[in-house]
Amino acid sequence: MGSHPGEPAAGSGPAVDFTEVQQTEQFRELRKRHRSFVFPMAVFFLLWYFAYVLLAAYAIDFMATPVFGNINIGIILGLLQFVSTFAITMWYVSYANRRLDPIAANLRHELEEAAPEAFIDPSGGKK
Amino acid sequence: MIPLMSAGVRVPFQTTETTTVGSPLLNITIFGLFVAVTLVIVLRASRNNKTAADYYAAGRSFTGGQNGTAIAGDYLSAASFLGIVGAIAINGYDGFLYSIGFLVAWLVALLLVAELLRNTGKFTMADVLSFRLKQRPVRIAAAITTLAVCFFYLLAQMAGAGGLVSLLLGIDDRLGQSLVITVVGVLMIMYVLIGGMKGTTWVQIIKACLLISGAFIMTVWVLALHNFNFSTLLGAAIETSGNAAITSPGLQYGLSAITRLDFLSLALALVLGTAALPHVLMRFYTVPTAKEARRSVVWAIWLIGAFYLFTLVLGYGASALIGSERILGAPGGVNSAAPLLAYELGGSILLGLISAVAFATILAVVAGLTITAAASFAHDIYASVIRKGRVNPDGEVKVARRTVIVIGLLSIAGGIGAQGQNVAFLVALAFAVAASANLPTILYSLFWKKFNTQGAVWSMYGGLGSAILLIALSPVVSGGEKSMIQGADFSLFPLSNPGIVSIPLAFFLGWLGTTLSRTPEDPMKQAEMEVRSLTGVGAEKATDH
Repeated sequence: MGSHPGEPAAGSGPAVDFTEVQQTEQFRELRKRHRSFVFPMAVFFLLWYFAYVLLAAYAIDFMATPVFGNINIGIILGLLQFVSTFAITMWYVSYANRRLDPIAANLRHELEEAAPEAFIDPSGGKK
Repeated sequence: MIPLMSAGVRVPFQTTETTTVGSPLLNITIFGLFVAVTLVIVLRASRNNKTAADYYAAGRSFTGGQNGTAIAGDYLSAASFLGIVGAIAINGYDGFLYSIGFLVAWLVALLLVAELLRNTGKFTMADVLSFRLKQRPVRIAAAITTLAVCFFYLLAQMAGAGGLVSLLLGIDDRLGQSLVITVVGVLMIMYVLIGGMKGTTWVQIIKACLLISGAFIMTVWVLALHNFNFSTLLGAAIETSGNAAITSPGLQYGLSAITRLDFLSLALALVLGTAALPHVLMRFYTVPTAKEARRSVVWAIWLIGAFYLFTLVLGYGASALIGSERILGAPGGVNSAAPLLAYELGGSILLGLISAVAFATILAVVAGLTITAAASFAHDIYASVIRKGRVNPDGEVKVARRTVIVIGLLSIAGGIGAQGQNVAFLVALAFAVAASANLPTILYSLFWKKFNTQGAVWSMYGGLGSAILLIALSPVVSGGEKSMIQGADFSLFPLSNPGIVSIPLAFFLGWLGTTLSRTPEDPMKQAEMEVRSLTGVGAEKATDH
């Protein structure tokens, strides 16, 4: 209790040169992996969502086309929005666990070992 | 117009022919039980509230699963439950469109915001926004937008509580409802004052479990009555309503070019507003690591997604088993679909349970909003701007607690004043303001290296100002049949949701302000923020050493 883990170490002085860290191969790789996944994915789901919204607003007859029983294309596309949301969520989690977390943890440990006083809150009493 | 979240707005004035369903006494008893149980839990949770991190962020002690459930509790307001079920029951497919926007919006939070925000902030949204920019102007702007969003959201919930209660407890007159709003406000102040973020989180977890299991039971029940065949259920709904169009879009938004455009505007605000709602963002600080923040969002997405699938069945179920005429004729109108369906299925006991859950929902959401607003005022305005950081955390928490009381009293007064007002207007404003005032700055400061203070300030004030101005000039406020101000017409803007104009404008202003500014920001700070946001260095609890 009582630690402030999220506290930016403002005022603790430039114990770590973050611009240097930012330039390292490892960090650039992490940033590249993160952005190359989240940006295209965000563009994809937003396009898919707005395509659906536009269809619902302007292509009512198309959406009302029956598929089986009383289920029509609109209901199926709507449910597909749920499916794609769940699928993207699981995909991202698996990607982050495999491709982002190991490299982030590695960098974090290196930084914290290089300058423990800059990152570990003294009141937290850890380490 | 937006049907959901207008929880019982029109109730106070049409209760003369009330056909009482269920037993108010039973409803009060079940609700009283909920209050008693949660108060005990809040008291127990409050024992460890010592520091600011405890009070605002529950000591960062929650797991991803717990926090995800609490997020679902925060997000699924009574408006989601009563409003969406009612909207589907009456307008069919067009009600379903809301659930989709509300759910897909979570991908913005998952992919772009949650983890990075957890790693760079401490207590409030302003922590992140002002991380690498000039503290004072950016913090003030972020605190103002936070307070604005919370206040409109709060007002809507409080006003909704009055209407809901008249339906559930049989309290019809204005004085009685004002009394109920006061009771809700005082209860909420107590929860937040005593329990802080920890107590508030537990209230939300309990409420989410109750709400989702209640909806699940009703969903299985409705499906069982239709041979577990969704197509049969749709057939029954078409038969009762006599209108085959309820299974396809257009009943509400397909009326004219303006309503279609309005729908696009709303869709934009919903999908971009969620990841910028301050009370949702603040929840990410209650977990120890970015990985847990990710887990929270994943839990929230599954729970919220499942819940909206339930509401689809419940909405068409209400349409099939009760019919729109009886729903619209009941006190509470469109919002009474879910309680009526509960009564139809399980009699007064199920009605009592569902009603108590709906009421508990308002209480929990109001508590979450209040603590967010109080934290923003105490942490961003009092501690960082007024005292310029020269304040000990105890003093800051003291100010936060006092702010809770002030906000509580303000929302009681506002709720009483807003009785019978158009609640949808307030909630839509909250979403649109969040998407216009906060989201561009959040995204720019996380992902755009050159972004600077002038860009942030222009974007936040521009987004906030344009959203509020456009709503003030919209038919929601004047010139329409259901407008807030009758007898005047200054509705220069034809849409009831400003998102389609104010959100792109805020993104543009952020870019313009940045490009025109000649004062560069500290590249060290940018580097620090980027490294911290992606690695979580310094933000994790040092347990993995």
